[in-house]
Amino acid sequence: MTEPSRLPTDWKAAAVQRRTRRRYAAERRFRLLGLAAVWLSAGFLMFLLASMLWQGASGFRQTRVALPIDLAAARLAVTPAQLSGRGADLALAGAGLEGTVDAAATRAFGAQGADLLSDGAWLVVRDAIERNPALLQSRTTIDVPVDSAIDVAAKHDGTPAAEAIVARLTARGALSTGWNLGFLAAADSTDPTRVGIWGALKGSLLTMLVTIALAFPIGVLAALYLEEYAPRNRWTDVIEVSINNLAAVPSIIFGLLGLAVFLGTLHLPRSAPLVGGLTLALMTMPVIVIAGRNAIKAVPPSIRDAALAVGASPVQVVFDHVLPLALPGILTGTIIGMARALGETAPLLMIGMRAFIAAPPSRLVDPATVLPVQIFLWSDDIDRGFVEKTSAAIIVLLVFLLAMNGLAIYLRNRFETRW
Amino acid sequence: MSALALVLVVFGLALIGWLVARMRAATFRKPGVARFTALPVHYGYFVAICALVPALLFLAVWSLTSPALVTDAVIATPAAAALPPAGFERASILSEARALAAGRSHGAFHDLSVRLAPAYAAAQIRYDWIATAVALLLAFAGGGFAFTRVRPDFGARTQVERIVMLLLLAASLIAILTTIGIVASLLYESARFFRIVPIGEFLFGTHWSPQVIDARDPGASLGAVPLFWGTFFIGAVIAMAVAIPFGLMSAIYLTQYAHATTRRWMKPVLEMLAGVPTVVYGYFAALTVAPAVRELGLAVGIANASSESALAAGAVMGIMIIPFVSSMADDSIAAVPASMRDGSLAMGATQSETIRKVILPAALPGVVGGILLAVSRAIGETMIVVMAASGVATLTANPFASTTTVTKQIVDLLTGEAEFDSAKTLAAFALGLTLFVITLALNVVALSVVKRYREAYD
Amino acid sequence: MIHNPSAKISAREVSVFYGANQAIDTVSIDVDRDNVLAFIGPSGCGKSTFLRTLNRMNDTVASARVSGEILLDGEDIYAPSMDVVQLRARVGMVFQKPNPFPKSIYENVAYGPRIHGLATARADLDAMVEQSLRRAGLWDEVKDRLTDSGTALSGGQQQRLCIARAIAVDPEVILMDEPCSALDPIATAKIEELIHELKGRYAIVIVTHNMQQAARVSQQTAFFHLGRLVEFGATSDIFTNPREERTRDYITGRYG
Repeated sequence: MTEPSRLPTDWKAAAVQRRTRRRYAAERRFRLLGLAAVWLSAGFLMFLLASMLWQGASGFRQTRVALPIDLAAARLAVTPAQLSGRGADLALAGAGLEGTVDAAATRAFGAQGADLLSDGAWLVVRDAIERNPALLQSRTTIDVPVDSAIDVAAKHDGTPAAEAIVARLTARGALSTGWNLGFLAAADSTDPTRVGIWGALKGSLLTMLVTIALAFPIGVLAALYLEEYAPRNRWTDVIEVSINNLAAVPSIIFGLLGLAVFLGTLHLPRSAPLVGGLTLALMTMPVIVIAGRNAIKAVPPSIRDAALAVGASPVQVVFDHVLPLALPGILTGTIIGMARALGETAPLLMIGMRAFIAAPPSRLVDPATVLPVQIFLWSDDIDRGFVEKTSAAIIVLLVFLLAMNGLAIYLRNRFETRW
Repeated sequence: MSALALVLVVFGLALIGWLVARMRAATFRKPGVARFTALPVHYGYFVAICALVPALLFLAVWSLTSPALVTDAVIATPAAAALPPAGFERASILSEARALAAGRSHGAFHDLSVRLAPAYAAAQIRYDWIATAVALLLAFAGGGFAFTRVRPDFGARTQVERIVMLLLLAASLIAILTTIGIVASLLYESARFFRIVPIGEFLFGTHWSPQVIDARDPGASLGAVPLFWGTFFIGAVIAMAVAIPFGLMSAIYLTQYAHATTRRWMKPVLEMLAGVPTVVYGYFAALTVAPAVRELGLAVGIANASSESALAAGAVMGIMIIPFVSSMADDSIAAVPASMRDGSLAMGATQSETIRKVILPAALPGVVGGILLAVSRAIGETMIVVMAASGVATLTANPFASTTTVTKQIVDLLTGEAEFDSAKTLAAFALGLTLFVITLALNVVALSVVKRYREAYD
Repeated sequence: MIHNPSAKISAREVSVFYGANQAIDTVSIDVDRDNVLAFIGPSGCGKSTFLRTLNRMNDTVASARVSGEILLDGEDIYAPSMDVVQLRARVGMVFQKPNPFPKSIYENVAYGPRIHGLATARADLDAMVEQSLRRAGLWDEVKDRLTDSGTALSGGQQQRLCIARAIAVDPEVILMDEPCSALDPIATAKIEELIHELKGRYAIVIVTHNMQQAARVSQQTAFFHLGRLVEFGATSDIFTNPREERTRDYITGRYG
């Protein structure tokens, strides 16, 4: 057939060459954009982690001052017998050790000397005496923690008055830094130098215990039911849709649910790990169900057929064959779900875990707080000493999360079989 | 006896039943009978389950309902007439009395607690005895009944497996129960709220200042439109303006251009962005980003740049959302068949032209679904806005100004000592209901978009 | 290396490696501008791999390495100065499984001219689309539904659409990688008829595992075996009187 034929393309023409060069330039720009996006995103993460590390590292250290103290002259009314028994703490407190320490500070550093020391300084002296009762008959120098204002001035920038004191003490060689072990062992306090995360950590552990005790069995059993036994009818669809939607509901809604039902209707104790765990369990359960279903789906049907062919009942097929093979995937999903629950704050605020808890909880129904909430409460504190402590607590939380995610990845790589 | 001891006793009874039944069933084995309907251990499990489950169910229900029963018993005593009406003070007096009665504390702030403590202790002991008796009764009755059924012709394994199936079904139903619980509690409390404040004033009112509620016209200061706008502005506009470009371009680069090793390392790094707790993001936003944004605003000439700006909260939220967008986009792009890519490259298209004109349009439903899911996540986010945004509701389009969101207001309304029935606290539930409905709608739309428009590639 | 100046594509000593595996071993061959050249051989012998060297589609495989010289109208296509994007417009490809884009029929064919900037005015583009569809023998069937999706066509129509798409950028050579293996016999017949019509305008290289098809459509045939070019000649000679024993064995069906 005849048709108006077009001229063959002249690929060497200047216009075509120019256009092609422009296309290549656009290609290079696009590729660079993608690379930049990836690196910037990673950069955001690095910046966030670095800034937390930078600000929180000093929270694990404390500034100390060398305090000369003459215990022999103080003549404290304690006997060696009292010191070796269980009542040593009470005895030393009753003997006025705190006043003695304050007096020693005044003697060493001047009229405002007692203000230089942390409120917990005398406890360090007390522990030293209990370790070595001979100190009571001697004059010695003990390194005790300083007040928060001095601590902040020594580590970062403080008020001019505090900076002056720091300069003075440094000139005398009286300042030193040591590890703030109390941070990991003490509970909440109003004094930043005495504050610790143990109370919040224990609360988190108890809450996680309740969460996993409830969410894991229910989640795994529900996943088994939906994958293996549920008939294909409307009810199963409703259950599936419910679970998928629950996984995407904002966490604060679960907090409202906990408030209305657990606290309001059932009158369970406020801010108890039991209630926190119940709320988080409801939130984590859909995650475990979804991870479980994927793990169970990955087990090939040939295994089930083989088991059935030997005469196993449906329950035996699942519990003897499918479940063990799906377990690594289920555990991985569970650990990731628990890591998410560990970092949750909003739902626990709703059920009241935002009070000042000075003593770590000992039972599931004691008032408690959790680590993320503790971070939140400290972040609000205007005392500058809390800034580094908040970042330090964040570091501890991130370490835990890293460990949990690392464990999940290790489990997945080690035990997951590819069919 | 304490709850833990009781549970252990019940388990002990179940264990005894298990052992005895198993021994009994082992005697069924006679030489010459080759096939059995059940192994002895199944008989053991049957008896153990029948002893355990009724008693444990009872204890579970009891542990949830008995505190309320004990409290009611105490309130009925004459000494309790002096209690203040429902509220924070009443709850703290009661919990103090509870602690005193349990011996957990020795001093109290309120005299009333000291007087109520004996009543508490007495009621607690009475109810504890009831619990013990009923639990043991159930355990014995269940175990005994089961034991009478232990006979050679009894299909123990079938029975046990039927019970197991019931257990599985029950576990699945808890998911529905949770959804029903959420919807019911939100609806109930919101209904109470809408009796105080008309729903129209709440949804369409533009003035939000819950601190100064006029009792005669509460709806005038509980109009939620500024909250909806703030949530939309921070979550759907600013956060997405950060998350979509970074997320989409990262997904494109990692699927189309990157080496296998780069992809293997960078994908987990991006996923880590989603693993950082939101409280850490909030702190970072408040401590580092917000002051920087304020400086930027002042430098650019915006005089009222706030230190609680929408931009700070939105930008950090966007960073957190990047992996949600990039992961869904990654999956959709990877699902486009290679033949489509080859067909375009074979015609002399550059890689970027292939991506922009062939692959992305084909992957679009998945990408859009991912974006919708990310928006749903962003508007439900709480801690970043609680820590970095303000609580003052404004209708502004200036990213350097401060505004508040639905989630922050929920937290603020429920903080403090307001009565549980007041308009303030109930407003939180109404906000929660709105949030739930909107996120649910977004999720449903996202999933249906992905499902309906996905080209069937085979 | 000595190349044939009258050949459209002249390949000398071409070897292809995927990592450490050698897929093609020193193949030298000429593609005439007026003929259809068929590559035949048992599966896995490297026909498709060699075909893909002719338009540098092997570049998309990270581990592929090509040595030797391939000239298109006297220019080395693997030289750094050769523009891959333009090369692929001049040497078009049709794949084994039809792969139309999930766009309308019109957009499928217009895609190539658009990106290469071959038509700026809408009227020119329309003319190009119509011409390509006519040459591919598809115009009459789709002229009333150009906005329908390309994936809604039947298998044979989709393949003709892919051919139209390749034609739309005005190539000089069309490479076809087993274009009929996914089609039914009637659609196959239509494609073979189309190849016959296109022969005068474009140089065509077709890979096929169907010897009868090779005998029907091609004027020259090359027999590949285990990555080597075993025999090359006029189709009638190869099929009636092959020189090599391996060729004879394959033709007569001893293996393959």
